[in-house]
Amino acid sequence: MDPTPPLDAPVTRRHFLRNGARLMAMTGLGVAAGALATRSTGASWVWQLDPAKCLHCGNCATQCVLEQSAVKCVHAYAVCGYCQLCTGFFAPEPNELTTAAENQLCPTAAIQRAFVEDPYYQYSIDEQLCIGCAKCVEGCNRFGNGSLFLQIRHDRCLNCNECAIARACPGDAFRRVPADHPYLLKTAS
Amino acid sequence: MLRRLKFIIALAVILLPALLACAEQRFPPPDFEETHHVLPSTTTPAARQIWLQYADTGVFLAALATAVWLIYKKRSRSRLVWLSLFSLAYFGFYRKGCICPIGSPQNIVLGLVNPGYAVPVTVLIFCFAPIVVALFAGRAFCAGVCPQGALQDFVLIKPVAVPPWLEQALSVVPFIFLGAGLIYAGAGTGFVICRYDPFVPFFRLSGGSFILTMGAAFLLLGMFVGRPYCRFLCPYGGLLRLASLASKWRVRVTPDTCTQCRLCEQSCPFGAMREPASAARNPASLGAARRRLGWMLALLPVLVVAGAWAGSKLSPAAAQLHPDVAAAERYVRQLTVPAQYGLMTPEALSLQRAAGDPEAILKLAADLRHRFDLACWLFGGWIGLVIGVKLVSLSVPASRTDYEPDRGACFSCARCFTACPNERVRLGRLPAADKPATP
Repeated sequence: MDPTPPLDAPVTRRHFLRNGARLMAMTGLGVAAGALATRSTGASWVWQLDPAKCLHCGNCATQCVLEQSAVKCVHAYAVCGYCQLCTGFFAPEPNELTTAAENQLCPTAAIQRAFVEDPYYQYSIDEQLCIGCAKCVEGCNRFGNGSLFLQIRHDRCLNCNECAIARACPGDAFRRVPADHPYLLKTAS
Repeated sequence: MLRRLKFIIALAVILLPALLACAEQRFPPPDFEETHHVLPSTTTPAARQIWLQYADTGVFLAALATAVWLIYKKRSRSRLVWLSLFSLAYFGFYRKGCICPIGSPQNIVLGLVNPGYAVPVTVLIFCFAPIVVALFAGRAFCAGVCPQGALQDFVLIKPVAVPPWLEQALSVVPFIFLGAGLIYAGAGTGFVICRYDPFVPFFRLSGGSFILTMGAAFLLLGMFVGRPYCRFLCPYGGLLRLASLASKWRVRVTPDTCTQCRLCEQSCPFGAMREPASAARNPASLGAARRRLGWMLALLPVLVVAGAWAGSKLSPAAAQLHPDVAAAERYVRQLTVPAQYGLMTPEALSLQRAAGDPEAILKLAADLRHRFDLACWLFGGWIGLVIGVKLVSLSVPASRTDYEPDRGACFSCARCFTACPNERVRLGRLPAADKPATP
């Protein structure tokens, strides 16, 4: 710490400049903080992807900073047609409509298919297995209702200041959303 | 007849929305009349609780205050090490390094430039609190709170002195990086400071090969060169360096009189210790020094103008890095020379998106190019200013009577305190009889 100069000590040029610079810096910070505070929010922002803009390119599976992506497939059950031949579940031209691995589109068998009533089947996602590759999303959007779509799962997302997937997204689908409404879900219109 | 027509029209008006809704869904959802199956709802795990973020901010402010207290009141290196260990564990490995003050100026600039982005209060505090502390008490943040700094501090085993010319030359890099980061954040292209933070991948235990290699290189280098990232790259370190140049109080090697024993000279691994220098030591060289300072002051505006001119030439290349500009250019190029991109590649998809609404994306790209013109012009001028001010500062004769740490470069790590025999006497580790004679 500088030895405090006595009160009647002459102000040196260096001291004067330093005090002036500090005063200016504090004023600048105050002005910036004030300008931002008028627009600032107590809430915070989180990343989310807009399913309407998503191009199902598969970048989400590989570009996330996490070893296993924070983006997973989710299912809007109310939008789903409960098809027997689900193009999100079955590979194109499946041998037969069974859950055998060679018939499935999902590389990790993360979609579970359960019989509800004839001829309807319910599909649900096992998030432990889902890698967010969007193969099912592509299939569902091509022929079906588009009820399978990608979302950032906020129990996994680190909320990086710059989302690595957003940078690589060809559809510009990622944006910041308020943390109290952190999902952009598809709903039956 | 008329009544029937009215009825049909009314029916159509009523049913139209329902018909449209059905048209959106190719396969209408079944109503499960047999089984009365209840549709599950989509799960939505909540984001991190807001009060936890305020708790982080509280821990951050408390750590800053503790660092200042340990440096100025306790003058204790060992306790400061414990504090930085805590910060490494909490802000590094627990909070995974986001958000950290190093990247926060980008959010501030984005908030100032883009009215659509409201800066969260926590980000404001993370950005401004260490600067305010530095304006009064120096870089206490670097010493005890920054996890990146703590990581580098712990790998430092055999510090090697960096030659002063290299040290001075490299010390302008943080400011250039800061300028680039803020320009890119302001233009809405991305947060380059976060992208090239070499230590955050370690905190997350995952990352791309490039950034992990960069991090490993910095850690290897950090074994021999004290805190290479903090000194030669960290943009926030640059801000704090400026702030602590104007700081009210400063770290001194000894609170007592300096006996000029030079024992502290070797204790600083960061090249921040400065030897005594008297401005009036050699009157013969005073005139030459003044002339040099005059030349450098005259050179400053020249450098700024030259930098701004060179920067404006960079604008087209810099704008290319923005994805929307890149998409627009790809679209325009494809109109004359049809390009073949693989099916479902990001290039092909962005082209598809651009082709969907070409006018909008071309207008957006033109708008962004204008922004980049201004930004690159400013950035070039900023580089000129940084280099010019560095040259001026090197030409200003220093005036010191004692060995003391440089205001800007000192991280307040408290290593030099115990190197001082007077401090050891004060702590009772040396008997007062061994106290070196005062000159």
